[in-house]
Amino acid sequence: MHFLSFFRRKTSGTIAKDRLKILLISDRTNCSTETMEMIKNDIIAVISKYMKIDAESTEIQITQSKGRGNFTPSLSANIPILDLKKN
Amino acid sequence: MSEVIVVTSGKGGVGKTTTTANVGTGLAAQGKSVVLIDTDIGLRNLDVVMGLENRIVYNLVDVIEGNCRVKQALIKDKRYPSLYLLPSAQTKDKTAVSPQQMKKLIADLKEKFDYILLDCPAGIEQGFKNAIAGADRALVVTTPEVSAIRDADRIIGLLEANEIRKMDLIVNRYRHDMMKRGEMMTIDDVVDILAIPLIGAVPDDENVVISTNQGEPLVGNTSGAGKAYYNIANRVMGEEIPLMEFERGFTLWARFTGLFHKV
Repeated sequence: MHFLSFFRRKTSGTIAKDRLKILLISDRTNCSTETMEMIKNDIIAVISKYMKIDAESTEIQITQSKGRGNFTPSLSANIPILDLKKN
Repeated sequence: MSEVIVVTSGKGGVGKTTTTANVGTGLAAQGKSVVLIDTDIGLRNLDVVMGLENRIVYNLVDVIEGNCRVKQALIKDKRYPSLYLLPSAQTKDKTAVSPQQMKKLIADLKEKFDYILLDCPAGIEQGFKNAIAGADRALVVTTPEVSAIRDADRIIGLLEANEIRKMDLIVNRYRHDMMKRGEMMTIDDVVDILAIPLIGAVPDDENVVISTNQGEPLVGNTSGAGKAYYNIANRVMGEEIPLMEFERGFTLWARFTGLFHKV
């Protein structure tokens, strides 16, 4: 059991890096988590008009291309489709 | 041609003053004429780190307000004849100086010195704006901690917005042993996140406290931090010195062996 938990354990250094990556994206784009949540809900509402999607597992995030000179934030959404037809 | 460099971090207590004192002394040791300006008005510190606190007669605000000439306020360093300090005022506050006045002062000093180093106060308010007003280059100091990195990122954005394009990163107070265990972000991680060039990394070293106690910069001595600051000063002058083993924090080999330690 201990052996398995070793492989699953995340060191605090990795946790710090992962937290910072997410934090800095919202800092840099001036986009709060509340705004993100509102965008997400609106996207779900729109897509739901046309097909059946898994709202629970839908994720959206702002990513950025590497390097500051060509800093281009982009919004990416991962929306699992349950059924391509509405009915 | 003289260069004006602001040493900044956003967060307090990450080592701006120590960095200013040591990089400045390192540059002077290479024969450059250097002036260090403490822009933290009301919280004067660079003078004690340099061990020059007993020689202060006039300060930055006196110069700005015209109570004295620039030359009268400059304090000559104990060790290096080409190194000077312009101390900050202890009794005034940051509103005593404006960015325009700083620009004018720096323009005057540029005629006399090769390097002008500005020790920036913590925060992003008036004091920060004064410090960066006349700068053409920045050294961004951070430690491998979430809070310091977040503030450094904000500072980098503000420097960019103020047309200071030449920025270099100093990762201060890293701990090799913790990086090896994975309990501290590595220097590569920090560089990866902040995405500006690394000019050097300084290990967490008790000699920094000792040297500050004595009022003697440690640049150039045999301590880890002393060597690291010496290298940074040389890189500031444009010399290409590869990152040394101790500056890289930890190597692939250390990561490899570290893995076995854990098992």
